[in-house]
Amino acid sequence: MAQIGYSKKVMEHFMNPKNVGVIENPDGYGKVGNPVCGDLMEIFIRVMDDRIDDIKFRTFGCGSAIAVSSMVTEMAKGKTLDEAMLITRKDVADELDGLPPQKMHCSNLGADALHAAIKNYWVKIGKIKPEEAKEEEESHEGEACGT
Amino acid sequence: MCGIYLDYQSASPVDPRVHEFMERYLSCDFGNPSALHSRGLAARAALEEARTKVAELINAEGPENIIFTGGVTEANNLAVRGVAQRNAGIGKKLLASSIEHISVLNPLKGLLKSGYELALVPVDSTGIIDLAQLESLISKETILTSVMYANSDIGTIEPIREVSDMVHERGMYLHVDATAAAGKIPLDVQKEGIDLLTLSSNDLYGPQGAGALYVKPGVRIQPVLFGGGQERGLRAGTENLYAIAGMGEAARLASLEKAIESSRLQAIRDGLIKEILTIEQSYLTGHPTLRLPHHASFRFSRIEGESILLTMDAMFNIQVSTGSACSSRTLEPSHVLLAIGLKHEQAHGSMVMTLGKENNPDQIPAIVNAVRKTVDRLRALSPL
Repeated sequence: MAQIGYSKKVMEHFMNPKNVGVIENPDGYGKVGNPVCGDLMEIFIRVMDDRIDDIKFRTFGCGSAIAVSSMVTEMAKGKTLDEAMLITRKDVADELDGLPPQKMHCSNLGADALHAAIKNYWVKIGKIKPEEAKEEEESHEGEACGT
Repeated sequence: MCGIYLDYQSASPVDPRVHEFMERYLSCDFGNPSALHSRGLAARAALEEARTKVAELINAEGPENIIFTGGVTEANNLAVRGVAQRNAGIGKKLLASSIEHISVLNPLKGLLKSGYELALVPVDSTGIIDLAQLESLISKETILTSVMYANSDIGTIEPIREVSDMVHERGMYLHVDATAAAGKIPLDVQKEGIDLLTLSSNDLYGPQGAGALYVKPGVRIQPVLFGGGQERGLRAGTENLYAIAGMGEAARLASLEKAIESSRLQAIRDGLIKEILTIEQSYLTGHPTLRLPHHASFRFSRIEGESILLTMDAMFNIQVSTGSACSSRTLEPSHVLLAIGLKHEQAHGSMVMTLGKENNPDQIPAIVNAVRKTVDRLRALSPL
């Protein structure tokens, strides 16, 4: 059966989102989405010993966009950067007990914002070249809203 | 605890008096109105009584000018397709305001495949139709112009009398979707010069599953459903008797009570608008004065409408609506909000409140407090 409303877990994270806010002078910062499409997500990370020591987000968007942001920050917290890079869009949606079909793109944003923040850090420490970090942003540019 | 319901235009409860009235058509007088035995005749009488009550609500020439349908979508499809197909020999030009309901716009667009031409008349930033544009677009091939009485997303009431004069000067028929307006403001199809008018049962506190199309005497129209020839051949299918009987009773009550109820709701509505607009970066959508008495619609910058709806519901047990893309099936914002010139990111911050019978002035402080807290909460989460 097609899912109509949001799962209990989505509503929990929407109503009581974890890790909301800003990290001043973050080690990594990622921003994805577009207000024109109705969602914009930014993630800040603090890295210690190659692990995500602290993570914060701010999101403009619908219920699932906010729940996804909260969930992805919870999933990434304490993980090594390599581990966090393996978190997929599907993992986030699964952890939230699923999202309605037309909302699946929100889970894309969550994972993409996290990966963008990690890549931003890797660029800063010279692990990857700036071109290699562009991927996430470019994948959303010129994309129709909701895909 | 039912909470505070502010989404009456999406769905309304059935008035208990209507519910009671309908009872006998489920249990006793449920006969087929086409049958000749006494149960059929009783059903026929009920059907015609409902027709009379609906005709009186809009001052139709007679009850025979009311065609019952399965709802608003069906009535709008009948008006659009039925008129266009019947009059194709005269012309194939169709006009509609850019803020019509999708059950008007989609059948109009569907006709493009059959060689019809459609032009959409723009509206201004308050949602009022551009009469100069309308005038320039009407020609003698314009067989149908569809302009809604009032818009459900922004509450704006259209200048139907002026529209009617323009349409009839050169063009042919005017269809008016009065779904949002009926039962809220006075409607008079003869005074306003309306050829076809759509009505909803549920918006009058009648049951869902019934609607009506007024068809002025002499208007050339053909059916879109074919079958047993009920409703003067214009809407085949055994009548949904108990829903129609309920719609009739709801229309009768609306005729009697709408003036008092509308001024009561308007006072609550005005209080809400005044208080909510004190919130920073909040804006009224639609017309400030030419709007339905029960309708308050807003947009808030930097936040998104579905999040507003969910927070209002989960945290405060208050049910509102939104024109944001994120709550729609298509992920497109309300075409109405775009038509009044809002950018996508502005349209995303929409919140719509439509009031009804269960609302009272004592609820204003709780509603305003909930909106304020909701906006604050979501702005604290927002990077914008």
